[in-house]
Amino acid sequence: MRITFTANGKPVEADDVWEGESLLYVLRERVGLPGSKNACEQGECGSCTVYLDGTPVCSCLVAAGQVQDREVRTVEGLAEENGELGLVQQAFIDAGAVQCGFCTPGLLVQTDALLDRDDQPSDNDIREALSGNLCRCTGYEKIMDAVRLASARKCAGKGVSE
Amino acid sequence: MEFLRPATWDEALAAKAEYPTALPISGGTDVMVEMNFDVHRPSAILDLNRIPELRQWEIDGDVVKLGASVPYSRIIDELSEQLPGLAKAAHTVGSPQIRNRGSVGGNLGGASPAGDAHPALLAAGRDVFVEAVSVRGTRLIPIDEFYVGVKRNSLAADELIRTVHIPVADGPQQFSKIGTRNAMVIAVCAFGFALHPKNHTVGTGIGSAAPTPRRAVEAEEYLQGALEERGLWESGGLLGAEVTQRFGELVKAAASPIDDVRGTADYRRHTLAVMARRTLTWCWNDYSKQIRSAA
Repeated sequence: MRITFTANGKPVEADDVWEGESLLYVLRERVGLPGSKNACEQGECGSCTVYLDGTPVCSCLVAAGQVQDREVRTVEGLAEENGELGLVQQAFIDAGAVQCGFCTPGLLVQTDALLDRDDQPSDNDIREALSGNLCRCTGYEKIMDAVRLASARKCAGKGVSE
Repeated sequence: MEFLRPATWDEALAAKAEYPTALPISGGTDVMVEMNFDVHRPSAILDLNRIPELRQWEIDGDVVKLGASVPYSRIIDELSEQLPGLAKAAHTVGSPQIRNRGSVGGNLGGASPAGDAHPALLAAGRDVFVEAVSVRGTRLIPIDEFYVGVKRNSLAADELIRTVHIPVADGPQQFSKIGTRNAMVIAVCAFGFALHPKNHTVGTGIGSAAPTPRRAVEAEEYLQGALEERGLWESGGLLGAEVTQRFGELVKAAASPIDDVRGTADYRRHTLAVMARRTLTWCWNDYSKQIRSAA
């Protein structure tokens, strides 16, 4: 089947999509957006987290046919329009929160959603918001640092320059 | 495989009548796992995401009519007051991303004994109904008749779940679940409990400790008797260790768990007694406070 939807603000279409295929597969293999990572394929790890109509979801658990005419925003869509890294992305780099990097795209989207809802989350709020994103390099402390840094920068006024 | 994409509820019912083996999908948090791992390849997938009424809820008198696809995250945000037991159970489902997609309709459709919503629905009382609709008409299936076997429910092949009718809470409700961490956990064992002061009844629901979610009938009857006999509904007085202990034992006796990768039958029985005592104590403490502050 053919599906058309909006990815990071641009219309995209994919042909010959298998009916049981996931949104994650379509993003990575058919429309050239490999940022979202494929790890567990069962919603346990959060590496494939994307926004679907503004809500963070595991793209491995969304059937491709369900995104027809809907809006998807991936980790690639967190960057600024001029291609510079977004605030959350830069904070992860500056805090050293990226080790192997496989969990990072999902963490970035989920953190973006958290700070969008509450730009001054408590540590408990952060832990709960990121509870569905697994990092196997044991990098959680740096990830906590990154979210706190992003929060501070967001509150301090825009931009990544200090 | 066909991908059916009805735009309206009537179209969905017509599609389910025409393709009775079609697998309904809403949040996809169960269905897509089976698809990704090739566990199950249905003849057709019936996407319910485009039907707005499934994502709505309303309060009709003393009853919440909860749309089958209302995601758990919205139950937590919007219905914690009316359905505290279900909202607490919803909070233990998967992760934030899963709660943004998963719904009670999916738990009921899958009918896994480990579904987190089931103990809360059973505990909410005997007046919980699943609204099952087909082109032939609508029937309200009492929750006690809904679960019929491991991952089997009493829906007919051409029926879809439209809403679940759940009485608005008239007393404290609790939910407790055993797992290896606080998130992303499929229940080793779970227990839902509710006090219903209006009609002097109590509700229980056991998860992951029998082929189906089930009620601890004798425990409910024992506790109702003890509360009545001692005039505790009126006084809000202390329950006493004997009552909580006996209640826990009866809940434990109501289960018929198995040994599996998540835990042993013995451990499940043990945790049920503990969870039953705890949830009863939490609820009763809240109830006593309400009685005292009203006095």
